[in-house]
Amino acid sequence: MHERIDKAQRLMDAACEAMGRQVNIMEGCGTHTVAIFRNGIRSIIPKQLKLLSGPGCPVCVTDQSYIDTVLQLADRDDCLIATYGDMIRVPGKGGSLETKQSKTNVKVVMSSEDALQLARDNPEKKVVFVAVGFETTAPATAVVIKEAAAGSIDNFFVLTGHKLVVPAMRTLLSEKNHNIDAFLCPGHVSVIIGYGAFAEIVEDFARPCVVAGFEPLQIVEGLGEICRQLSAGKAELKSIYTAVVTERGNTSAQKVIDECFEPADGYWRGLGNIEKSTLKLKDQYAQFDASRQFNITETPGEETKGCRCGEVLCGLIDPPQCGLFGKSCTPQKPIGACMVSSEGSCSAWFKYGQQRKRK
Amino acid sequence: METNKNDRILLAHGGGGQLTDDLIRRHILPILGNDTLAELGDSASLNLTSSSVCFTTDSYVVKPLFFNGGDIGKLAVCGTVNDLAVAGAKPVALALSLIIEDGFEFESLRKILAGISRAARQNNVDIVTGDTKTVEAGAADKIFINTAGIGVKLDGVEPGMEKITVGDKIIINGTIGDHGLTIISQREGIKFQSQLQSDCAGLAGLTCELFKSISGIKFMRDPTRGGLAATLNEISRGCGLSIEIRQADIPVNPAVQAAADMLGFDVLTVANEGKFVAIVPPESAEDCLDICRNHPLGKKASIIGRVVETRDMPLVELITKIGGKRIVQMPYGRELPRIC
Repeated sequence: MHERIDKAQRLMDAACEAMGRQVNIMEGCGTHTVAIFRNGIRSIIPKQLKLLSGPGCPVCVTDQSYIDTVLQLADRDDCLIATYGDMIRVPGKGGSLETKQSKTNVKVVMSSEDALQLARDNPEKKVVFVAVGFETTAPATAVVIKEAAAGSIDNFFVLTGHKLVVPAMRTLLSEKNHNIDAFLCPGHVSVIIGYGAFAEIVEDFARPCVVAGFEPLQIVEGLGEICRQLSAGKAELKSIYTAVVTERGNTSAQKVIDECFEPADGYWRGLGNIEKSTLKLKDQYAQFDASRQFNITETPGEETKGCRCGEVLCGLIDPPQCGLFGKSCTPQKPIGACMVSSEGSCSAWFKYGQQRKRK
Repeated sequence: METNKNDRILLAHGGGGQLTDDLIRRHILPILGNDTLAELGDSASLNLTSSSVCFTTDSYVVKPLFFNGGDIGKLAVCGTVNDLAVAGAKPVALALSLIIEDGFEFESLRKILAGISRAARQNNVDIVTGDTKTVEAGAADKIFINTAGIGVKLDGVEPGMEKITVGDKIIINGTIGDHGLTIISQREGIKFQSQLQSDCAGLAGLTCELFKSISGIKFMRDPTRGGLAATLNEISRGCGLSIEIRQADIPVNPAVQAAADMLGFDVLTVANEGKFVAIVPPESAEDCLDICRNHPLGKKASIIGRVVETRDMPLVELITKIGGKRIVQMPYGRELPRIC
């Protein structure tokens, strides 16, 4: 293993020297962010190589308006909210789902199947599934929508907050942050969409895109591969997560997404409205669409004053540069979404990134 | 008045009258009984062999009550036994308080009492006094248990953080994270839960052997809530020295690692209920390891790190498998609610 790490380190050194400036690589996946911190990867890469944590955590990129909508629905006596655990602590207008939990109409689920089961078990309630996540969780949502349709379950609704990775990468490069030299592409998402999906980033923006898994050696080698390309002045598409990621991805998962959803414009925290970057339920499944059934209109949410999650998500600042970081915003009392989720950049920086303060 | 398996605890079982008497005499004493407890006195009289005693208490509210590898009863005995054990004491006697919610099934209570009885026997302690209270439905979640324990300090054993010096080795008696991840996996209904098992166990047998055989043991603590990360940070702060641990040397059961990865937990911060961390002088480390590995609760014991000089301030540092370094902070979380 150490020889392979040495080799990757040499490639990184060479790239930094060849570029003659700071090299910026963005990891577009929250799991990568956490793995990088937990494994101390920042401590073994050259100082001139900067790792930027991108918009890769589903909770973090969810716009404030979505959170506020969920909180409003949680206030209704006829609703039962089914949500993944990460979402319950995100603060919004009048609290968070966690503070509403005492009202017993918020249930944490581990899977979309659990959410559908809640609907079956509580026929007198309208069960709203808080469906967030990228292409990784979208197929699971699609499957239960089809199941609900087949089983004529009329009290199950999905508030879809699903997002697509590639449009966000395009917006980052074209509008938000021109300093990103390359992407370490998300392993989980790539399992579904295939590494071929990133070809357009390589072609249109000439940035290396390398898909890596989550083992520390994979991440280090992924960074090494990116640096090899940068040194050579090349931008290529490559997957080193060959055990599970193919060029075309999981076509049956893609098919079920296509059957239920269509791309739509939508708001992202920090990135704003991005064309065709979210997944909306197709008309034939309108009866399960919480947005339509509860007449929800999407407007950009108001960010908390002083919170710089948006800039963090674009890789424009490191979390400690936010004035709230570690002071009024901590994992115990989060203000911004990036501090809430265990995969959020701010949370990862706080838990693993900083030195303990001097007494 | 025979009870069948549908019978439940009623508020009146805590009322001090006939039902209370029935609960104690017919259900508790036959399972936990010993001469001292059977006296049902207002307090227990004990004849201790030494005037140097350790005294501790802990409350148990774990959910679920029954989990792979144990139950709340076993946990309530082992947890308190371990607090005495790591202080260099031989546990002698426990007090047991039950707070039971109205409507709790007798069948479950019997199972829990059996768990308590078994664990007490295995750890050579008697339940010498106790109390039962009932509360109305909703005022407690099924059953809460408090135990308090007395142990006799082993001769000449006086562990303390102030004795720790640079170069001391850090030993753990086995894999980490098993308890916390078993509980959370079971609670969340995660698929691979059957492969996980709590490490819940009383450590006094092994710790007494270590303290008696190795004179130089500096300090011991059981890494329960907050896991190894919390315990090592407490030790580092307490002795004012830094600690360096090596990821490659920390034993982790692969199923536990897989569960932690899936749930996003750092296994260093996950609770254990049958582990101790021992700080020992370097020359005694191998002997400690030998004793551990010859004991059923120490088969996978390992030297996981050492005490090092402090630069700016005391901290715990992890050398990762790929040779990276990161600080192991005191966990902030309430990532795993009600694990003990």
